[in-house]
Amino acid sequence: MKKIIESKKGLQFIDWKELFLYRHLFFFLVWRDVKIRYKQTILGFTWAIIKPLFSMIIFSIVFGKMAKVSSDGLPYPIFSYAALVPWTYFSTAMVGSTNSLVGNNMLSKIYFPRLVIPAIPVLAYLVDFVIAFSLLGVLMIYFGIAPNYNIIFLPLLILLMIFTASGIGMWLSSLAIQYRDVKFATTFLTQLLMYAAPVVWPASMIPEKYRIIYGFYPIAGVIEGFRSALLGTNPMPWDLIIPGAISSVVLWITGAIYFKYKERIFADVV
Amino acid sequence: MQTLYRIKKDITMNDIAIKVENLSKRYRIGLQEKMHNTLFATLSSWAKSPLSNFKDLRKLTSFNEEDGEDIIWAIKNISFDVRAGEVVGIIGKNGSGKSTLLKILSEITDPTSGRAMINGRVSSLLEVGTGFHPELTGRENIYLNGTILGMTKHEVDTKFDEIVDFSGIEKFIDTPAKRYSSGMRVRLAFAVAAHLEPEILLVDEVLSVGDAEFQQKCLDKMSEVTTSGRTVLYVSHNMPSIEALCHRALLLEKGQLTFSGTAAETVSHYLGKKILSSQSHTDLSDHPHREAKTSSLLKSLKLLNSRNEGTNSFKQGENIIFELELSARNHILKTPDILISILDNTERIICQFSSEFMSDETFDIVDKKNLQCLWNACPLKPGTYSIELIVKKFGKKLDHITDVTAFEITHGDFYHNEKLGEIKGSFLPGGKWKLNLPV
Repeated sequence: MKKIIESKKGLQFIDWKELFLYRHLFFFLVWRDVKIRYKQTILGFTWAIIKPLFSMIIFSIVFGKMAKVSSDGLPYPIFSYAALVPWTYFSTAMVGSTNSLVGNNMLSKIYFPRLVIPAIPVLAYLVDFVIAFSLLGVLMIYFGIAPNYNIIFLPLLILLMIFTASGIGMWLSSLAIQYRDVKFATTFLTQLLMYAAPVVWPASMIPEKYRIIYGFYPIAGVIEGFRSALLGTNPMPWDLIIPGAISSVVLWITGAIYFKYKERIFADVV
Repeated sequence: MQTLYRIKKDITMNDIAIKVENLSKRYRIGLQEKMHNTLFATLSSWAKSPLSNFKDLRKLTSFNEEDGEDIIWAIKNISFDVRAGEVVGIIGKNGSGKSTLLKILSEITDPTSGRAMINGRVSSLLEVGTGFHPELTGRENIYLNGTILGMTKHEVDTKFDEIVDFSGIEKFIDTPAKRYSSGMRVRLAFAVAAHLEPEILLVDEVLSVGDAEFQQKCLDKMSEVTTSGRTVLYVSHNMPSIEALCHRALLLEKGQLTFSGTAAETVSHYLGKKILSSQSHTDLSDHPHREAKTSSLLKSLKLLNSRNEGTNSFKQGENIIFELELSARNHILKTPDILISILDNTERIICQFSSEFMSDETFDIVDKKNLQCLWNACPLKPGTYSIELIVKKFGKKLDHITDVTAFEITHGDFYHNEKLGEIKGSFLPGGKWKLNLPV
């Protein structure tokens, strides 16, 4: 096993073979992240439900009852909760990923593929996602809504959701380690992004001619796709999902390249 | 496993395990803050600051030829070879580039130029307990730390009992690590590290933790590792351990490789150089080892023997006089605590002379102040020792210089009875025997 160590120049892409070698480490770090997240809390993993649940209650009152925002004919609580499940995952994974490198003392002490680090929260928050998702099932039974055949596309939507979070995570984490502004920006960026996403309002409010352009915001297709697959009001919004998938892939590939480009300085600036 | 390594050793004995060629690494030392003395300048710089901050932060990753001042070469043009199965020590003062070299070889940071070739599976141990989490139990931390150090889950499984046994904390293995004492944490962490079985091991100063008994255990483990045919690169300040464990040693000074030889040769060269380069009279006003952000109160240090002659070499039992010159410009400093620390060749503080503890006199430092500290009948073992100076007031360090100078102690007639020979221990105790007590 020969290895040459020298100054890396130019752009590189992901070394999949190496990542595979470090799969045990990756697994344990994800496991650690899940394991310690709710340690020494009273409510434990209930927190995974509380955040989307209380947002749902507030949104139902403010946007459903008071502002009377359209909910495509659905009861507003389930309309917003179906969106809040993927959204909560996406935003927490994004913030977690952004902050994953800053102050990480392992960076200067041990070698492993740095790409592992921003990917940890992306996978670890899936546990919260599953828990929040199970409450969605309960709500569907309560409101008497059955999923339709579109549910077969749900795994695809979940993949797109993870993929998008991971791509943005690589971009923001490698920016944040050099420019700490990013850390402050993401907290409020998630606020803006939420109102830009069809969480409290339906994508049917977007004028027809702008729909495809809007679709390039990748999480919009995911959210509307969730509603379509589970609540079945609209057909599967491929006009949002396909542009979303395109921009997600672009984000991911450029994110990986930028991350690999910046990774050589992480240990020096952390 | 042992035999496997031995076979491997025979095959690869003459192979090169690590080959380093002209390796260099530069760092940018801190971005300097600019001071403004007018409101307008402050405001206008604040308005311009996003742009200039951006430029500064960008500089973290790019280097121009113009900014020569805040760039330092942590290591420069280092070349050496390590054969498979060799144990090589790296010594040098703090900041000489030892750790940077190991970081480059462990791929934690990239070199700026030059290259290194590594032939074999590498594990690096730059810290004990990397990735340890206080909320996780001992058992969980073993798995986590083990995988971080490069073991597979299966390897940890098979070595688990051995690790727990070595750490000596079986009882608490399912207790969260936050309830452990710091000693227990270190034992557990080292126990994991001690069971790594890489072909090449890079170790940085990890044996200086824990109590004496555990340290001995670690050293024993290290010598076991070093005799098992593995290639080891070992950084330490502990000269005896370098001599005991390593076949060969390299001396780094200011980022450059200045000496290479057998462990004993390199250590004595290093210590000898320390003596040679140190004078009985040291000018402190511009000392290179002054800790940043302390003012230069200390001006000079003289080492004198009881005949008031300047020297760096004392016999056991001789008096040593430290004569200090201090000066506080522009203000009066009332009775600060002046500390003279004596460090042995493992960089451990042997003792401290504190003016506060040892004297009740008050004194002012104004423009110029001379004072003396007398060490009666120095009981140290023969060897090389270094001096560190601190001036403190209300617990705040006002001046601090590490590695000020060195002095050596040679065999002497401590007990004034002309008996020679070796007594064990790190110092010669004073005191008295009564050998004929009435029955």
